[in-house]
Amino acid sequence: MTRLAPTFAALKSDNRAGFVAYVMAGDPDADTTLKMMQGLADKGADVLELGVPFTDPMADGPTIQRAAIRALESGMTLKGVLALVKRFRETHKDTPVVLMGYANPFFAYGFEKFASDAAAAGADGVICVDIPPEEDTEFRSALDANGLSFVRLAAPTTDDKRLPQVVAHTSGFVYYVSTTGVTGAGSGATGDIEAAVARVRAASGLPVAVGFGVKTPERAQEIGKVADTVVVGSAIVEELATKGVDQALHLAGTLADAAHSAR
Amino acid sequence: MTQPNAFSQQPDAEGRFGQFGGRYVAETLMPNILALEEAYEHYKNDPDFIAEFDEFSRDFVGRPSPLYFAERLTEEFGGAKIWFKRDELNHTGAHKINNCLGQVLLAKRMGKTRIIAETGAGQHGVATATVAARFGLPCEVFMGATDVKRQKPNVFRMNLLGAKIHAVTSGRGTLKDAMNEALRDWVTYPDETFYVIGTVAGPHPYPAMVRDFQSVIGREAREQMLERIGRLPDAAVACIGGGSNAMGLFHPFLEDEGVRLIGVEAAGKGLDTPDHAASLNGGRPGILHGNKTYLLQDEDGQITEGHSISAGLDYPGIGPEHAFLHDVGRAEYRSATDAEALEMFQLCSQKEGIIPALEPAHALARVRDLAKELGKDGVILMNMCGRGDKDVFSVAEALGVEL
Repeated sequence: MTRLAPTFAALKSDNRAGFVAYVMAGDPDADTTLKMMQGLADKGADVLELGVPFTDPMADGPTIQRAAIRALESGMTLKGVLALVKRFRETHKDTPVVLMGYANPFFAYGFEKFASDAAAAGADGVICVDIPPEEDTEFRSALDANGLSFVRLAAPTTDDKRLPQVVAHTSGFVYYVSTTGVTGAGSGATGDIEAAVARVRAASGLPVAVGFGVKTPERAQEIGKVADTVVVGSAIVEELATKGVDQALHLAGTLADAAHSAR
Repeated sequence: MTQPNAFSQQPDAEGRFGQFGGRYVAETLMPNILALEEAYEHYKNDPDFIAEFDEFSRDFVGRPSPLYFAERLTEEFGGAKIWFKRDELNHTGAHKINNCLGQVLLAKRMGKTRIIAETGAGQHGVATATVAARFGLPCEVFMGATDVKRQKPNVFRMNLLGAKIHAVTSGRGTLKDAMNEALRDWVTYPDETFYVIGTVAGPHPYPAMVRDFQSVIGREAREQMLERIGRLPDAAVACIGGGSNAMGLFHPFLEDEGVRLIGVEAAGKGLDTPDHAASLNGGRPGILHGNKTYLLQDEDGQITEGHSISAGLDYPGIGPEHAFLHDVGRAEYRSATDAEALEMFQLCSQKEGIIPALEPAHALARVRDLAKELGKDGVILMNMCGRGDKDVFSVAEALGVEL
């Protein structure tokens, strides 16, 4: 049982849209990321997505690509990411943390060892961009064995025939990629998103988070009307890179308020 | 009579060559990958498709390419007889077009309206742009900014052929970054786009499909050897970046147990330096660009940049089938340095009147050793997979000659 289920249960009973905030671990250094994580939780983020930097982020746009480069240049490693989660847990016991990254760093660390160390550090789940259901047996069993949620991505191209397979072993929530494209590009039409969220919710029985291209409080509010949770990544990462921690947290606060007051 | 063996029966239904290969892609692309697999499985046995592929291979590409006895190099090396499969005589000057032709014909049948490709040296980009032009499909090529600079003639060729070039500045601006950017484009326009991957890597079905289109090299060479000298070679040798020309040469020989298969990786400034591109000799298994295979990477699983004087070989991965053949021991993988490639580039030009691309010049360095090893009774088949016109500027620079 991770922190995700009670978090989403509480949101549901309040009839509130949730807010998931993304930050890249180590961008530009570990201490700043810790400050960001604490600040995001305090500003109302219901779930934190902590990016695991990778040299070749094939599904990310320029903003997250640059963040990954800065993180790697600061010496961030997967081990360092887990240390950050542990430090965050010293002050924040309840905010769920989901690690988001690409297969190779997890594979290099060893799926088993990673899952066990991540659980021990206080992580709640993992999103892995490039491990589709067809390839997930080993990774999924490692996460399962250690009580971590495997949060899957569903996309506009995921049709009804494929959807059940995609959500079959998902737990915690399902991340719906609102548009075909890379992170930060621009979100799809709200009407399409509403229909897709309903489809994914019906197939999975889980809360549906919608992200990719949500940048403004107005857009967060629109998405919050139709989705269980709004995810914002690139906008916060960009604000942090150009204006610093305080401004990035301020933006996150307005996004959180917008999502929370959407309904 | 040869019996099918386990080596030639790969991949399995999940696209695995032993533990390698697979389909490690973002969900947005997964439906596309599955549709491509279905289309390929259908058309690869379709007589009309095969007939069209064969017709254009003959009339547009110029196949079959000749098998050539490299008499003066044989003399020079003083050992086994050396034969070249002349794939550098193909239209566009390299083996790359065999695969582009197959994939663009498939794209047309799948109703795709836009072609994209990544390119390193520019040979695959030129070949893709060439075939796309012939079939009237718009083509966009992703090329690392560093490569755009060191391969100017090919950039101009692609422009002439009507292709749009995207100079990729992410990472170090080389082949792997170009591939990332092509994947990002494909994620953005999945419905209308056909991604023509240039080597035997990427998610299933690409490694098997590209190999099948390139296998025309080995099929012809095998037949030509039997016809010319009445026997198979003792060894078939090819250079390896991603490994498409080598896989195309090797595959039809996998069941011929007497034929040694030897791939030559780029050792750059040496395997004991960080500046090489030898994934099998200097890397370890990992997951990148849709498949599990040997990769150049650090302890944390971060991909490191390959280096080679040849832009066509500096990819930090290798096709999963090579990873498999390496692990089961059916093929041997050696390497050659930048310096050796430069030496062979000049030697081959002077002795045979063939200016080889820097890529096969790597293979030639190991052919030299092997010729001695096998002795005068031995026979070596090497794939001359590309011609060196594209490399004259970078070779001149490396040799300190101002043009």
